[in-house]
Amino acid sequence: MSSHLLTIIIVDSDPERARTICDGSAGLPDAKYSLVAPGPALARRIAALRPDLVLIDADNASRDEMEELTIASGPMERPVAVFVNQSDSALTRAMIEAGVAAYVVDGLTPGRVGPVVDAAIARFNMLQKVRAELDATRAALEDRKVIDRAKGIVMRARGISEDEAYALMRRNAMEKGRRIADIARAIVTAAEVLK
Amino acid sequence: MTTEVDLGFVPLLDAAPLILAERLGFAAEERLHLRLHPVRSWSLLRDMLSSGHVAAAQMLSAVPIAGRLGLGGAAVDFDAPLVLSLGGQVIGVSPALGAEMRLNGLVSDFSDALATREALVRARPNGVRFGVPFPFSMHAELLHLWLGGTLPISTVTVPPAQMPTALASGEIEAFCVGEPWGSVAVAGGAADLILPGTAIWTAPPEKVLAVRRGWAEENPDLAGRLLRAIWRACRWISQPDVRAAASDLLAHTDALNVDPEMIERALSGHLLLSQNGAVIDSPGFINFHDGAANFPWRSQAAWLGWNMGRRHGLDGAAAADTASSCWRPDLFRLHLGEDAVLPAASAKVEGANPEPVTAGANRGTVTLGRNAFFDGRIFDLSAPA
Repeated sequence: MSSHLLTIIIVDSDPERARTICDGSAGLPDAKYSLVAPGPALARRIAALRPDLVLIDADNASRDEMEELTIASGPMERPVAVFVNQSDSALTRAMIEAGVAAYVVDGLTPGRVGPVVDAAIARFNMLQKVRAELDATRAALEDRKVIDRAKGIVMRARGISEDEAYALMRRNAMEKGRRIADIARAIVTAAEVLK
Repeated sequence: MTTEVDLGFVPLLDAAPLILAERLGFAAEERLHLRLHPVRSWSLLRDMLSSGHVAAAQMLSAVPIAGRLGLGGAAVDFDAPLVLSLGGQVIGVSPALGAEMRLNGLVSDFSDALATREALVRARPNGVRFGVPFPFSMHAELLHLWLGGTLPISTVTVPPAQMPTALASGEIEAFCVGEPWGSVAVAGGAADLILPGTAIWTAPPEKVLAVRRGWAEENPDLAGRLLRAIWRACRWISQPDVRAAASDLLAHTDALNVDPEMIERALSGHLLLSQNGAVIDSPGFINFHDGAANFPWRSQAAWLGWNMGRRHGLDGAAAADTASSCWRPDLFRLHLGEDAVLPAASAKVEGANPEPVTAGANRGTVTLGRNAFFDGRIFDLSAPA
């Protein structure tokens, strides 16, 4: 086992994220990483690579396919995958919270796998955070565009200034308890329909 | 004071009792607020229950059994105090295989498991690869029960929503899956339905309410309130005249984002077998309550344990015995004694009544629903064969 290069598979439909997890674990010795995308015959494709460790987002619907890797032909040889919670349920809990689960070959010590998993979780969380921030920025930009268009429509329809149009939309949003971007979207949609 | 309880489920038709227990106020009647957590895979739901992230979960009936028998990757230990549903599975094949089966004598009546098997064996004598949603599932068990010893089959795990893709890629040629996913595959022209699960076994226990072993004993008051709320939701949904309302409620649950018509079809057993085919009536397609369906019969667990254990190289009788301990009729009796009519026995001979029968109970008698295997076999816990 000790001379054996640790084979780690990362299953993710998002290759960019998978690579990030790889990079985050790169400092670890004796490990070879492969990326596998979900899809038909996933379990067989993974089994063919004879992994020591499979990393997959716990909320990935393909995760149930991994379960097959845990079942051997006979009860005496359970070749792959003992779920980590057999040795440490706190770790499993942490992994579930982090959105990453790890399957580990029988015989691998948690000490050896721990750093890999920790690094994977850390990278995963970081990337998720960056993603969320990016999404928020994108949404804000979208909102601004719609609000600008709606402002223009209101200005033309009511013959009022830009500031007045914005104030009108804001008052409407406050009265209805909705976001100004939602009001703007409704105005744009209505204007398209009435065109 | 209202108690908050976290419940996990996979968005499927048979999650209905959990969703409706909260939405129709059965939980509130018991001073409960159910926080429902939809989850995309059985592995994750199993791990969430095992780690205490949820107090209880809708679970494939075979998962607690696999846990107790030590099969699979995760060491989990669950109790099942309530059966949530019987049936609800469909078997589908690729349109190409469906056509070949018809050339080999299949008449699509969606009920004759023996004739359908014959046509399948003639069309694919060398075997068929089936997709199932999870390795430990009634879906897999039904296929082995139906075809075992007749046709070499293999099963691969495919997430329900991906069955159409797996069929199109040739990875599988057939599947057994829970509704509404079979109907979704038909609507997209990816599959023809050939049998309901109930054509193989009229009363296959499909989903159970699972809790961590010992949880119900540690939280007796909460367990009682939870069981009663969910049991009452099961009773409500089994009334024929609520189907439209139930379908609407379920379809508009954020988690179960499916056309209400598709849900109503499955609830009423009116299924479309192929994209351009006719709607067929499959009585008793899914049962949430009738005929003491919610009672956790130890013999059901023993049946699962016997079959799953033997296929994984364990001693059948020992596996049946171990497995039957995770079905908890004693908890059902303790907490539902005032709502449900309780059968006098906690085990029965599975497959022994092709027609409903009357049995002794705590208050008079109880009617037990139809329970027969397609080939007339029986499973007797006291003498499994």
